[in-house]
Amino acid sequence: MYAQLVTTEGGTPREGMSDQERAFQERIDRNEKIEPKEWMPEGYRKTLIRQIGQHAHSEIVGQLPEGNWIGRAPTLERKAILLAKVQDEAGHGLYLYSAAETLGVSRDELLEALHSGKMKYSSIFNYPTLTWADMGAVGWLVDGAAIMNQVPLQRTSYGPYARAMIRICKEESFHQRQGYDIMMKMCAGTPEQKAMAQDALNRFWYPSLMMFGPSDKDSVHSEQSMAWKIKMNTNDELRQRFVDQTVPQAEYLGLTVPDPDLRWNEDKGGYDFSEPDWSEFYAVIAGNGPCNAERLGARVKAWEDGAWFRDGLMAHADKARARRVAAE
Amino acid sequence: MSSEWPLWEVFIRGQHGLNHRHVGSLHAPDAEMAIRNARDVYTRRNEGVSIWVVPSSAITASSPSEKGPLFDPANDKVYRHPTFFDIPAEIGHM
Amino acid sequence: MPSLPDVMTPALETLAPAGQPAPAPQEANRDALVEWLLRTGDNALILGQRLSEWCGHAPALEEDIALANQALDLIGQCQLWLGLAGAVEGRGRTADDLAFLRDAGAFRNLLLVERPNRDFGHTLMRQFLFDAFHLELLEAARASSDPRIAEIAAKAWKEAAYHLERSADLVVRLGDGSAESHDRMQAALAALWSFTGEMFTDDDHDRALADAGVMPLPSSLRPAWDRTVAQVLDEATLTHPGEVWQQGITDMGGGKRGVHSEHLGHLLAQMQFLQRAYPGARW
Repeated sequence: MYAQLVTTEGGTPREGMSDQERAFQERIDRNEKIEPKEWMPEGYRKTLIRQIGQHAHSEIVGQLPEGNWIGRAPTLERKAILLAKVQDEAGHGLYLYSAAETLGVSRDELLEALHSGKMKYSSIFNYPTLTWADMGAVGWLVDGAAIMNQVPLQRTSYGPYARAMIRICKEESFHQRQGYDIMMKMCAGTPEQKAMAQDALNRFWYPSLMMFGPSDKDSVHSEQSMAWKIKMNTNDELRQRFVDQTVPQAEYLGLTVPDPDLRWNEDKGGYDFSEPDWSEFYAVIAGNGPCNAERLGARVKAWEDGAWFRDGLMAHADKARARRVAAE
Repeated sequence: MSSEWPLWEVFIRGQHGLNHRHVGSLHAPDAEMAIRNARDVYTRRNEGVSIWVVPSSAITASSPSEKGPLFDPANDKVYRHPTFFDIPAEIGHM
Repeated sequence: MPSLPDVMTPALETLAPAGQPAPAPQEANRDALVEWLLRTGDNALILGQRLSEWCGHAPALEEDIALANQALDLIGQCQLWLGLAGAVEGRGRTADDLAFLRDAGAFRNLLLVERPNRDFGHTLMRQFLFDAFHLELLEAARASSDPRIAEIAAKAWKEAAYHLERSADLVVRLGDGSAESHDRMQAALAALWSFTGEMFTDDDHDRALADAGVMPLPSSLRPAWDRTVAQVLDEATLTHPGEVWQQGITDMGGGKRGVHSEHLGHLLAQMQFLQRAYPGARW
């Protein structure tokens, strides 16, 4: 997902909990929202900062692969739609940074952690967007995978995070559709366009499956995050749901999912499918994906080139305030 | 190193004359820019007709530990809620 | 059987004496009108394209979002202007045809809007200098005798008014900000000033539209622009560049006459790539 491999800070097993910890867990069990400044276990706070921060970073780094095609969008309408969508991603990053800030960390601190490599963003954005069909595939598959995770997170236990997710889900409703719409146009177009669409599916299929992260059904971290309701489903559940939803959509387009072992399994009522290459996943997370250097480099450059602008505006605000005070 | 733009809380009144509602936060160097940023960030889909911004640091919030004393007393004033009163069905809507 | 006389089409020979080329004033106006619509639409298109280059790269998230809003406004405006240009031209060209299938020499945008983004200060200064002109232009266009122009201008005017409020305010803040932001804004002003004169040049097309009451002459917009610019630069503590050699106003031509800088060709090479590489494909 947009938050992959988030390390959960140790919680306390229920039997060893203090009264305060038990009361906290009981509130979560009753589906009460935890709000800023309320008491919370340090592990809960730290894990949330990591998870929300990683999600926010993914939104703003996620602007880049699609931003790559705004200048080359094939029609004025497509250009406007794509620009509006990538702009939404900046907005989503902003909402999420704001949610993280309620936990006692500043946006600048989070950005510095991103720029130094201390914090990660989703592996998917380290893959290149090579053709216009990739704009379709990213909307259809990447946003489709993200929605799988974001819809349940609207019920997450931390109030500001849940509210950010509600706003994001509302705005995202057009993102996946516009991606599928591009794919439909391409698949109904010239043979070259259809080939582009198939190529995009081939390249984005396994990276999309990786977005959910490796299997965590036996993970202690994951169990704690689920108890805290900051993770609502296991990675495998969401991945299965994604495959089941996506395969018929690919068939409708007349495209072939690049997995020779993909089969409908009547017993489980879902598809059997091949695992992605997890060694590739770990390599990408470690910084060795095809675009890691470009993506992070672009963010760092934007930040450093913009320093004079941010400082200049702050200097003006300080001057203006001083002048007002002097005038009083 | 530069100082970060302060954080602002944004409140927006929608089209239908309801109260201003908290919609989120953002960073801006001062109040005027916070208003403009709020317009660009939080009304991209025609959400509002009026914007308030307040420095986050200026918000005084009720303390969560007082949640009981602050809000529980209202819990037993059930007569404030219309469903407290049984009105005969033949009276019609009231 | 003799056919019935066609009562709908006026017989041309009765309108113009034989042997004389019919200099229908409507024709001349149509060319001038198409030209004006292309100029106005291309300004919006090229500046929108430039602004969208910032998406994902701006100095703060709030700015990233604000700039994308402006780019979206401009792209929307260009669709309306170019759509009308195609309709008035009457050769069946759509706004997309005009945007994606013309070569640089057929573009009519000002040299100013095709200037590269460079640093954020250049981008904002370019925006301010254009917005201050754009607002005056649209103000006049709202009162155009051509209702199609007046209608589009009424919508675009509101957007341009906000753009100007924003860009003027940022110029003031950065000019009167830190020493570095002041210097950068002054440098941007110096680099861009010689591209401002073109906005106010009049040519035969402009005069034809002015005579027909469709649009006032561009030169008539200058005093208001001068006032706005002088006031904002003053508040920004920036030094007015004064009289400077202006690009694009001599017989060599300028952007509005289709003689562009090298930058436009590169911008179009990117923007038009898909339509050029896959002719006739639908997207």
